[in-house]
Amino acid sequence: MSHIEFGQIGVIAGKEFRERMRNRWVLAVAVVFTVFALVIAYFGSAQQGAVGFRSIDVTIASLVSLVIYLVPLIALILGYDAIVGERERGSLELLLSLPITRLELLLGKFFGLAGALGLATIAGFGLAGLLLVYQLGGEVLTYFGGFILSSVLLGLAFLSMAVMVSVLLPDRVRASGAAIALWFFFVLIYDLLLLGILVVGEGQVGMDFFPVLLMLNPADIFRILNLFGFAEVRELYGLATVFPASLANPWWLGGAMVSWIIAPLAVATWRFK
Amino acid sequence: MNIIELRGVKKRYGEVEAVAGIDLAIREGELFGLIGHNGAGKTTLFKMMLGLVPPSAGELRIGGQAVQGEAFRQVRRGIGYLPESLALYENLSGLETLRFFARLKGAAPASCLPLLEKVGLGEAAAQRVRGYSKGMRQRLGFAQALLGTPRLLFLDEPTNGLDPQGILEFYRLLDELRGRGVTVILTSHILAEIQQRVDRLALIRDGRLQALGTVHSLRTERDLPLSVYIVLRPGVEGALQQALIPFGLAKIVIGDGVARFKCPRSAKRALLAVLAGLGEQLEDFELREPSLEDIFLGYAEDAA
Repeated sequence: MSHIEFGQIGVIAGKEFRERMRNRWVLAVAVVFTVFALVIAYFGSAQQGAVGFRSIDVTIASLVSLVIYLVPLIALILGYDAIVGERERGSLELLLSLPITRLELLLGKFFGLAGALGLATIAGFGLAGLLLVYQLGGEVLTYFGGFILSSVLLGLAFLSMAVMVSVLLPDRVRASGAAIALWFFFVLIYDLLLLGILVVGEGQVGMDFFPVLLMLNPADIFRILNLFGFAEVRELYGLATVFPASLANPWWLGGAMVSWIIAPLAVATWRFK
Repeated sequence: MNIIELRGVKKRYGEVEAVAGIDLAIREGELFGLIGHNGAGKTTLFKMMLGLVPPSAGELRIGGQAVQGEAFRQVRRGIGYLPESLALYENLSGLETLRFFARLKGAAPASCLPLLEKVGLGEAAAQRVRGYSKGMRQRLGFAQALLGTPRLLFLDEPTNGLDPQGILEFYRLLDELRGRGVTVILTSHILAEIQQRVDRLALIRDGRLQALGTVHSLRTERDLPLSVYIVLRPGVEGALQQALIPFGLAKIVIGDGVARFKCPRSAKRALLAVLAGLGEQLEDFELREPSLEDIFLGYAEDAA
């Protein structure tokens, strides 16, 4: 086992990050986030018969729905060809002939892309957040800060899955298919499956391990992290109420999210031969 | 001293044996050519020597080190590699590309611009690779291989896409590097191009070493005939035919004041004596040694 040279990771990460800055990927995603966030913050309470920047809990509840769809998709698109793209173009061979290990290359790719995604998320939602602070007062800062941080973590979890896909699949077409499939599964299908279990079991079956099942999906962890704090919202969203309050500790949930970032990367490292 | 040593090296991909047991030693400072058909195993051999693919069996030592682990990382800093199908980052400029590779290789970023100038890309340094021609890409790839004063170069079809001027410049640079003791291993499909330049070459066929030696030693081993071409003065056809009788040549083509025939290598000196004897009666003559291509085809026929 070779030791890790952090300088090599930095060189790869720097290049990936600069490329995303240069082709305006970061800018484009940040603008998308800002615009969507502002529109949702403004129209989010339209169900209740009013528009405008109202309460922070309703705003965050609306933004959470947006982020759960958008951030995983963007992260998967960003990362799915990280390795397989280099392999298919033929540049991987040249890279690996240099004094760099596969682990360093993989981590460099991940950190460079993570930097781009993180910056776009923080800048995009941060701008919207500043406007909310201006409208609703400084006390929303903690909530919104937590929302941004958890959005970044959610993005990194799906980026990690994307990088794993880019190692495991033999070509870009299949890797993109796998990335889309992951998005469908975690964002659309998973909760339906859980609801199905609840309905079929008439609420009796599986209540013990239900929280565990929720932890097996980073999108659900993200939802619980952001919504559990608001009593009003907890009632509004049925699914989160099946989660025991004792487990709704941000450190514990954050830890689960971090495991979701580490585990796919570990698999990718193991399979990158 | 041998900078490369291969013992019983094999590589198997599923059912296919790409390299079927090769022993080879390459000396420091040598310009060594690897030739063979497409799919003969040259590229797989290259990849194993670079540590990109592990061998299924056998032992490889590069610069005295096994091709793996932390010790080989140090060896890698002294290796330059130009792959056959070179893929570069379209969005980076030539200089940025070179700087990226320089950082990974631990070479001074300040050396990049002079290196680009050396391969004739000084003026295109700030231009994005997207706008580069095939020849320019190949030059950039070569510059990349030269980063950090390598002592060992692996060049897979290095003159691919270069124009005749570019090819000349490439070999001039190679000569300069060899003057500094750099070992070069190259493959090429253009045998005429490398036959004048390599010290030794290996012919790979079906994953095995079919022949190994200098161009001269391979010629001798194959014993292929010389091609003779003589321009005659008017009325000396008869005298020439008379003089060639003792050689027992199979076929002499004479016409339009020109004679063409093949002559065994063993009769080379005797033939020269005859031609000298004919003196002024001959306008001009040319003895051509079998080319590397002839040798290559000869071995191919053996195998068939």
